Amino acid sequence: MRGRLLETGAAWLLALIWLGPLAYAFWAAFHPAHFATHFNLLAPLTLENFAKAWTYAPFPRHFLNTMILVTMILAAQLVLCTLAGYAFARFEFAGHNIAFGLVLVQLMIMPEVLIVENYRIMARLGLVDTILGIGLPYMASAFGTFLLRQTFKTVPRELEDAARVEGCSFLGVLWRVYVPLARPTYLAYGLVSVSYHWNNFLWPLVVTNSVQTRPLTVGLAIFGAPESGVDWAVISAGTLMAVAPLLVAFLLFQRQFMQSFMQAGIK
Amino acid sequence: MKHVYGWLLLTPAAILLVGFTHYPAAMTLFDSFFSTGTVVRPSRFVGLDNYAALADDPIFWQVLGNNFWFALGTIPSAIALAMVMALWVNEKLPARALVRMAYFTPTVLPMIAVANIWLFFYTPQIGLLDQFNALFGVASHNWLGDPDTVLGAVMLMVVWKEAGFFMIFYLAALQSLPPELEEAAKIEGASRWYFFRRVTFPLLMPTTLFVLVNATINSFKLVDHLFILTKGGPDNASSLLLYYIYQVAFSFFDTAYASTLTVVLLALLAGLAVLQFLLIERRVHYR
Repeated sequence: MRGRLLETGAAWLLALIWLGPLAYAFWAAFHPAHFATHFNLLAPLTLENFAKAWTYAPFPRHFLNTMILVTMILAAQLVLCTLAGYAFARFEFAGHNIAFGLVLVQLMIMPEVLIVENYRIMARLGLVDTILGIGLPYMASAFGTFLLRQTFKTVPRELEDAARVEGCSFLGVLWRVYVPLARPTYLAYGLVSVSYHWNNFLWPLVVTNSVQTRPLTVGLAIFGAPESGVDWAVISAGTLMAVAPLLVAFLLFQRQFMQSFMQAGIK
Repeated sequence: MKHVYGWLLLTPAAILLVGFTHYPAAMTLFDSFFSTGTVVRPSRFVGLDNYAALADDPIFWQVLGNNFWFALGTIPSAIALAMVMALWVNEKLPARALVRMAYFTPTVLPMIAVANIWLFFYTPQIGLLDQFNALFGVASHNWLGDPDTVLGAVMLMVVWKEAGFFMIFYLAALQSLPPELEEAAKIEGASRWYFFRRVTFPLLMPTTLFVLVNATINSFKLVDHLFILTKGGPDNASSLLLYYIYQVAFSFFDTAYASTLTVVLLALLAGLAVLQFLLIERRVHYR
């Protein structure tokens, strides 16, 4: 019995340690700058750090850019991966095995590994420093294609045949039979995609160079750099603002988030 | 007909995939045989010169070594922690949902935000770590400025960030184990440690292999934190291969050499892909 109690204590302690950094960021952000390094339970609360962060860096613009980026990528991914996943699940076209293998290459070689060449391609296309340029390499997602192919393969053929008899075209079948049945997969994939691109940094950093296109992570990196001379309390406030939408969504839909990340990992 | 429809459906995705994955990957290899062009001196074929330069580049070897130590320092400890977390959260623990949420939260935060927060922990004198150490009379230390401690400090943060992510895979595996196993062990009077060592741990092996490969791939791809914490310094003591590629391409503007470095990274990732494939094959066999 004592062993169990000890274990419970250890599990809680680890949970506290794991929440510590975030809890600290909250502490620093909601108190005057002076208290970032001095703990005092009676320290006055303030929202001033958030107000400062909001004006020191063009946060509204970064928010807008990230929203556009995430929406654009997800919309394109849903369309492209649905079509490609359907092709691989139900059409045994010539060369489908080789084509599928070539698609899976992207699971290993993600666009962020090819920053040098992809930057060159974007320069040639005139897409450097555009939001489209950040999103384009990610739109045809091997992972999404794979996930949807697996899901579509589990749909009974009889459903498709029945729809065909009713006079559905092959795109009609996709839209009326396959897509509705794959709704849980779409939800899981959507959550993972949005989290990934909300947090993505390296490629957006490489391909953008102005406030008009930089997403939140890049804006935050510039804002938080020691050279910027902004104090800890304000940086904490800015950091919390940048992670807030995703963090709130996670706290509300914990179970769904964990399940989606798990599905995404196991493939 | 199915051939036409199949290819028609695939075409939009295929164009983008070839354009931003296969073509650039092939061009990376091609460019690694050429010199970096400048206005006065255009790019020309140099054969294996870039690879010779790479073999003679001490920073390349240092960065590769860092990658190795980084993987060795973060992956086993993150996996061990993840396993312990999953075991705890899988049991009847008071406030279990809250504990599970605490472990997983770092996973949904962007690396940049995480690094912003941790940077303050490591700041000399006023940082939390030094303030804590001062309570025990330990002298202040520049954790990120000292080549001996910088990699360790960064590793600690990465373990914190990744353990919760690996935990969910173990959790899924644990929940799929038949409960009869534990009941039988209880009747036989096996201790919990014995049960873990002889039953749970071996049954979790496929999950461990899976997490191991994925964690290794991640250790090559994840460099965001370096932009905030150290910029690869001091003296490249914390730099990783992908970060070095970024520096060579976008700070030193030596794209040919950056391509050569990328070829090495691609080769490493391809090797891991083959390994993963072999592991999955084996996993199927002993089921």
